[in-house]
Amino acid sequence: MNCIVCMTSVPDTASVIKVGGDGKGIDGSGIKWIVSPYDEYALEEALQITEAKGGEVTVVTYGPDRAEAALRDCLARGAHQAVHILGGEATLGDSFTIAKVLAAAIKDREYDIVLCGFKGVGTDCGQVGQMLAGLLDLPHVVNVLELEVGDGSLTAGRDVEGGKEKLESPLPSLVTCQKGLNEPRYAALKGIMAAKKKPVEKIEVASLGVDEGAGGFYKVEKLELPPAKAAGTIIQGEDDAAAAAAELVKLLREEAKAI
Amino acid sequence: MAGILVFVEQRKSEIRNASLQALSEAKRQGGAVSAVLPGSGIGEAAAGLGAWGADKIYVADDPNLDLYSSDGYAEVVVKAVEQAQPSAIFFAGTAMGRDLAPTVAARLGVGAIPDAVGLELDGETFSVRRPVYSGKATTTADTAGNTPQIISLRPNVFAAEESAGAGEVVALDGLSLSIRAVVKELLEAEGGELDVAEADVIVAGGRGIKGPENFALIKSLADALGGAVGASRAAVDAGWIEHSHQVGQTGKVVSPSLYVAAGISGAIQHLAGMSSSKVIVAINKDPDAPIFKIADYGIVGDLFDVIPPMVDAIKAL
Ligand SMILES: Cc1cc2nc3c(=O)[nH]c(=O)nc-3n(C[C@H](O)[C@H](O)[C@H](O)COP(=O)(O)OP(=O)(O)OC[C@H]3O[C@@H](n4cnc5c(N)ncnc54)[C@H](O)[C@@H]3O)c2cc1C
Repeated sequence: MNCIVCMTSVPDTASVIKVGGDGKGIDGSGIKWIVSPYDEYALEEALQITEAKGGEVTVVTYGPDRAEAALRDCLARGAHQAVHILGGEATLGDSFTIAKVLAAAIKDREYDIVLCGFKGVGTDCGQVGQMLAGLLDLPHVVNVLELEVGDGSLTAGRDVEGGKEKLESPLPSLVTCQKGLNEPRYAALKGIMAAKKKPVEKIEVASLGVDEGAGGFYKVEKLELPPAKAAGTIIQGEDDAAAAAAELVKLLREEAKAI
Repeated sequence: MAGILVFVEQRKSEIRNASLQALSEAKRQGGAVSAVLPGSGIGEAAAGLGAWGADKIYVADDPNLDLYSSDGYAEVVVKAVEQAQPSAIFFAGTAMGRDLAPTVAARLGVGAIPDAVGLELDGETFSVRRPVYSGKATTTADTAGNTPQIISLRPNVFAAEESAGAGEVVALDGLSLSIRAVVKELLEAEGGELDVAEADVIVAGGRGIKGPENFALIKSLADALGGAVGASRAAVDAGWIEHSHQVGQTGKVVSPSLYVAAGISGAIQHLAGMSSSKVIVAINKDPDAPIFKIADYGIVGDLFDVIPPMVDAIKAL
């Protein structure tokens, strides 16, 4: 059972976001780039599938040079092969172009399942998986919380508003992974040392027939920080909680008109 | 402009409120509005969409469309696009809409913009405002000249308002449904529990509530306000409540009219999921808890002392 994991590296979730000089992207100084948290679930699931059923895990990333560190992190956790498509700064957030790049790099490889995180943390689009499935002509299941891989098909479970869905899909399929699917492992020292020696296949994005300068499908006009919020009304409730509660309810009713 | 097609979502023939919001927003843009509604036994639901501004309603009524499938529903939307030739397609940003919009986009060979919280029309082009970096920043973007412009709208941001449309129902036929990934079962949460992603009021509990049994206290306040129960990751990871209740960077991103955080410190990853709520209330015994920085109202105090009289005061309103 061969698995392909699509991984993107993103700013650490605790990063303070500042707007960069062009007013369209973030200021990258001082940012630590990590494996996007949902892609960790995808990688872990792929590792567990191949551990149980044999086969290899290939991690594919599309990103600038700095993405190599995250790719090595995946190798250190146990991925067998790593593919680095160089580029991706100009196309950040452009889900369809990203999907086209990934599809071109994946289509001639052997795989039974393609796994992605349900969204890339930061751009927060949650679209690449579905688009990639479309381009590879695969069925897809998004947001999986439970996954059972059989011989010719998989069964999956996910949450939807106010309920749960159980799905079945023939293989090969693409799935996108949600928190709760598994507990991602960390890289052990041995894995980290081994990962340093594993080869990383490098591909220039232009060689995949995608022109990053062509305008794409998502044009960012500007990036802004939310306006600073005015200080709120804070009531001391340590001594008389009931009075504080009554005052709060009154404010919510009369001033905020929220209840 | 050439008109907006709105994908309308139903469950058991009941139209989702988030879809009515999308329909209403399409109408407010001023052009022709059409709707596409897949499902089974949905004739009556379709006819009702005229009251929400739809001039034309494309209906695909088929037992195979009873439960959602990415393939089946995408096929229906693509068929409707062929007929309506819209310049934009709106989806409600629900679990279904967020899956379907990019699926349809890939079939049409265009991009898609998710999670819109603001729309501005300049000629034929939508400038879409959307939160990124889990709400730490907002970006304004468009589809770079590609049409149709596929946009999904964050639920509870755009108002739903009734308005008259021509309401002409058009049956979509000639569908050749080929559904690969199928939903075998839809298990509804017990008692029709309100989901945080859809709720207009959320009361969330964190590590400060000390144990799973105290979610009953959170729920009593949520019930008094007619809202849903949310949670911080600390409460979810402790196994006190299911992940479907988690708000934040690795949970749900919500923007209710009222968000009450009780016993939640306000870690950056939690704020990421709720900072766009209209009114934020914090209850925390630590006056320096970061949650107070973004709270509109707050009580510094013990939540176990504060919440019961709050419930009483609300009930007395
Ligand atoms: C990659 C990543 C993703 C994450 N994603 C999320 C996410 O999606 N959602 C999320 O919430 N977190 C997320 N976190 C975790 C986040 O960093 C915090 O650890 C978490 O939000 C803390 O939860 P808490 O506020 O309930 O707990 P704590 O930080 O422990 O805060 C508990 C609060 O309760 C107060 N308190 C205690 N007793 C009382 C009382 N009796 N009355 C009133 N107040 C009381 C305390 O003063 C304190 O402020 C993520 C972290 C990482 C690294």
